[in-house]
Amino acid sequence: MKCDVCHIREATVHLTEVINDKVTKLHLCAQCAKAKGDEMQSHFGLTDLIASLMDFEPAAVGREELKDKCFKCPVCGMTYNDFQKTGKLGCGECYDAFKKDLSVLLRKIHGSDRHIGKMPFRGEKAVKDQETLSRLKAELDRLVQTEAFEKAAVMRDRIKEIENKITGE
Amino acid sequence: MKLDDFLQGKSEWLKGEGPKSSIVMSTRVRVARNLNGRLFFNWADDKQREGTLEAMLSALKKSELLKGALCIRMEDTNMLDREFLVERHLMSKEHTLDVKYKGLVIGDKEIVSIILNEEDHMRLQVLQSGFNIMEAWRIVDDIDMELGRYLTFAYSSKFGYLTACPTNTGTGLRASVMLHLPALQITEQMENVYEAISKLGLTIRGFYGEGTEAFGNFFQISNQVALGHSEMDILDNLERVINKIIIREEDTRTYLAKHKKQEITDNIFRSYGTLKSARIITSRETIKLLSSVRLGVDMGLIKDLDTGTLNELLLLMQAAHLQKTSNMKLNAQERDIKRANLVREKLTGG
Repeated sequence: MKCDVCHIREATVHLTEVINDKVTKLHLCAQCAKAKGDEMQSHFGLTDLIASLMDFEPAAVGREELKDKCFKCPVCGMTYNDFQKTGKLGCGECYDAFKKDLSVLLRKIHGSDRHIGKMPFRGEKAVKDQETLSRLKAELDRLVQTEAFEKAAVMRDRIKEIENKITGE
Repeated sequence: MKLDDFLQGKSEWLKGEGPKSSIVMSTRVRVARNLNGRLFFNWADDKQREGTLEAMLSALKKSELLKGALCIRMEDTNMLDREFLVERHLMSKEHTLDVKYKGLVIGDKEIVSIILNEEDHMRLQVLQSGFNIMEAWRIVDDIDMELGRYLTFAYSSKFGYLTACPTNTGTGLRASVMLHLPALQITEQMENVYEAISKLGLTIRGFYGEGTEAFGNFFQISNQVALGHSEMDILDNLERVINKIIIREEDTRTYLAKHKKQEITDNIFRSYGTLKSARIITSRETIKLLSSVRLGVDMGLIKDLDTGTLNELLLLMQAAHLQKTSNMKLNAQERDIKRANLVREKLTGG
């Protein structure tokens, strides 16, 4: 098997990363593994971890890609390069500006790039309440199906609370 | 309410009560939120930082759920105050530095705290005694929903809540549970726990001590994945895994009580004896010995002590607390003497 980084030498180091039961494998030759050696330590910091995840992006070499990395977020002016240095984004709009790269990164960190959790409550709009309600109700159905009855009871109370609030208003 | 008043009252999470409190010290659930249309703290200039802080403080004042909460501008505090707040788990170490435009809101009984302008504009956390993930989440969720009426959070339908660091993107949720696992540590089973945890989208670290070294057998387990799962799923996963660890710890304690009773009892009472007699003691040694005594209380070997007192000691024996209670700056050796006095006083009444 050839090394995933240089594609020339035989891979002798095999790394396995498991996030949410999803297995990602990386095969490296001794030289490339050594070059990545410091990042392979199991107790590196979070910024290093993010930086190393980003380094593994094989797409980060082409000219188009380089242009992408210098592209500035239209709202805060941060480039993807700036982000790679600090591990922190500049503003909410960065997520849109660097959507492609961030999706890849988020999938590596979380095993997914799609949010399925709660949404913010936006005040007077009753429609938001309804959306929250249907989300909670779907969650309740799932909990009942998996026989998580204690949590289902908590969820049922939450639903009741919101329903009361809506009718109260 | 003033900062020094905290010295008089007990934090809710220290009570030593709540589900599984013989093994689980406390549960913390937090969400990270940012305001829509405002630059994240690290990338913003001073004017924007001040504007964000003002916007959040004025929204927090409208909150019914946070009525009577203490609002602090970090620049109005000194370093000792800030370390005191870190020791009480109300904010992070990071929040003690470069304090301009940073804030902290502390609710009744220190259950709720809101860290303003740290890495994210807002980190809302709830701390509970014992194993209480769902109750902590319920409180966080309620306040989050209420604040959402006054503040528009940075949110996208694809990525969820948008945070400065992509490790928090999505739900912005981090739930951590602090466990006391002396039996698993004594019987060298922690390696297995570390290995299993890393495969389940969770992380574990020693609560006291750096890196892999964990003295005092206190461990913090938290979710690592925040995106692609609902809040309930994330919390449920953490709860299920921790339940399994608790059962393992309980079984091992039963095994120790049956097969290693002499050695364990000897160790526990030696620790108790040292704590009751020492005249100079470091925080590290105190934590180690308190862990042993705590096991003694939980196994029913020590009957004249309760978990609440031990939790309180773990808090009060820390550097900033010792200095706050004695109302003066103390060097390391003076602290070791004060600490020994405090421990003796609490354990023997004199």
